[in-house]
Amino acid sequence: MDRTPTPPREASDFEVGAAADRPVEAAGDVAGGVAIETRQLNLWYGDFQALFDVDLRIKQGIITSMIGPSGCGKTTLLRTVNRINERLGYVRTTGAVEVLGRDILAPEVEVVQVRRHVGMVFQRPNPLPLSIRENVLFGYRIHEPAARQASRGELDAVVEDALKTVLLWDGVKDRLNSRATALSLEEQQKLCIARLLPLKPTVLLMDEPCSALDPAGTEAVEELIWGLRGEYTFLMVTHNMAQARRASDECVFMLLGRVIEHARTDEIFVTPRHETTADYIEGRYA
Amino acid sequence: MFEATELNFRDNRVEWAVKALFLLMTLLLILPVLLILGVLLYRGGPVLSWEFLFTQPTNGMTAGGVLPALVGTIWLVVVALLASVPIGVAAAIYLSEYAPQNALTRAINLAIINLAGVPSIVHALFGVGAFVYFFRFGTSILAASLTLAIMTLPVVIVSTLESLRAVPHAFREACWNMGATRWQTIWRVVLPNSISGILTGVILEVSRTAGETAPIMFTGAAMFMPLLPRSVFDQTMALSLHLYTISMNVPDVPEALPYGVALVLIGLILSMNAISIGFRTVLRSRRKW
Repeated sequence: MDRTPTPPREASDFEVGAAADRPVEAAGDVAGGVAIETRQLNLWYGDFQALFDVDLRIKQGIITSMIGPSGCGKTTLLRTVNRINERLGYVRTTGAVEVLGRDILAPEVEVVQVRRHVGMVFQRPNPLPLSIRENVLFGYRIHEPAARQASRGELDAVVEDALKTVLLWDGVKDRLNSRATALSLEEQQKLCIARLLPLKPTVLLMDEPCSALDPAGTEAVEELIWGLRGEYTFLMVTHNMAQARRASDECVFMLLGRVIEHARTDEIFVTPRHETTADYIEGRYA
Repeated sequence: MFEATELNFRDNRVEWAVKALFLLMTLLLILPVLLILGVLLYRGGPVLSWEFLFTQPTNGMTAGGVLPALVGTIWLVVVALLASVPIGVAAAIYLSEYAPQNALTRAINLAIINLAGVPSIVHALFGVGAFVYFFRFGTSILAASLTLAIMTLPVVIVSTLESLRAVPHAFREACWNMGATRWQTIWRVVLPNSISGILTGVILEVSRTAGETAPIMFTGAAMFMPLLPRSVFDQTMALSLHLYTISMNVPDVPEALPYGVALVLIGLILSMNAISIGFRTVLRSRRKW
């Protein structure tokens, strides 16, 4: 696939009413930029502190995986980046979370815009109870004012482009109007990625995107994510060591709400700097 | 090794007896329905004719048809639906999709349950006080329908709540994660997938509204009023009250007449239900999960 990397979007994209299609400034080294940065991020669910002083710099255009035992705060951290945690009501956060240099916790930030630019894929594929076509267009219709006047042909092009990108087009092009929930799990998960693409997101959050899939599906989705690398920034939670190892550029190891180690994947798996990292990677963690 | 023991034989006999007993109870459930319909058809059937449906009662309500009562009941039901469905559905959507779980929402839920438990004659007295006198609607279709609406609100709210909650939460999460607002989520995903359940509640409401007598007796229904109502501020006859009147208060009514009226009332309710069920089936077939 021939793809040109998307330069970072203007920071004002997150603000209320910011035009989505404003020209973006030409960024220098795409892979070198920082997509997500957290500073002294602490998070509480009621009285329970789930994150402790998390300082992370997730680089743009690469795949960063997060590993760690259950309950270590990986998913919580992930859910902080598109502010979906807030819905719970009893969540309290201190510190800063920046996406492309803009603090997404700032008061003038519109949550809807954050979620538009920071897409999320879940453990269990969750296509909407609509047709395949309408699933792909769902976010587009909500966020793009142009979608209302768009002709059928233009919308078809959006659908085709997104489905081709996730390598689903050939399999479903003849049944775009059939229900999405009838697809196989692998196809559903690809569709869940495809429906984020028309929004031109900057960051894609993946919460164990393959854990509900069989080995073939896992491989297909991993390959897909690997192919989209460069164009999008991926932050991926996984329980699967092998997956983190083969399908990510950098790796973050978390334990009990703290970041223990963040390094290049080949380094962290070959020469971990911390003993706990080594223990966990080798399955010795109890 | 695998042969049945004495213990197995006993267990199997109990199993059989329990199943038979429950089947019997279930059949008993159907019996009254069949009996009611059978008796009504047998005794009221001969009275039925197009003339019966489309003429006024005559001779002090001992002859003639039921047109004003039939039309009046339709008025009452439709106006009651217009009032209670928007309020009930909106309240249920708020409670299910927006309201935080706190003391206020618990109090509201309690109020709904209590409202459902209020006897209909009490609703009638409330309707007289509130709508007939306080709001000065007089004894009118409006006052009677609003009384019916308040009485059936809990049914609409509870059934709507149940069908909203039957929509899997994952769909909402998916929408929110794409930056959809609550309302966009409700409008595009939640409502289309719960509409058939909501309609079920409305069907229940129609049945109850059309058959109620007490709440309309003092608020808007008249015993005899041959003219058809022209607006919601008119009084009207109603099938349920008409049935009561000719059964209890009018001398020399032919025996078949009340059965005929009852048959019309049941027929009206059943046909209204049939329309809603047909509508619901169409909507359900379009569901995508």
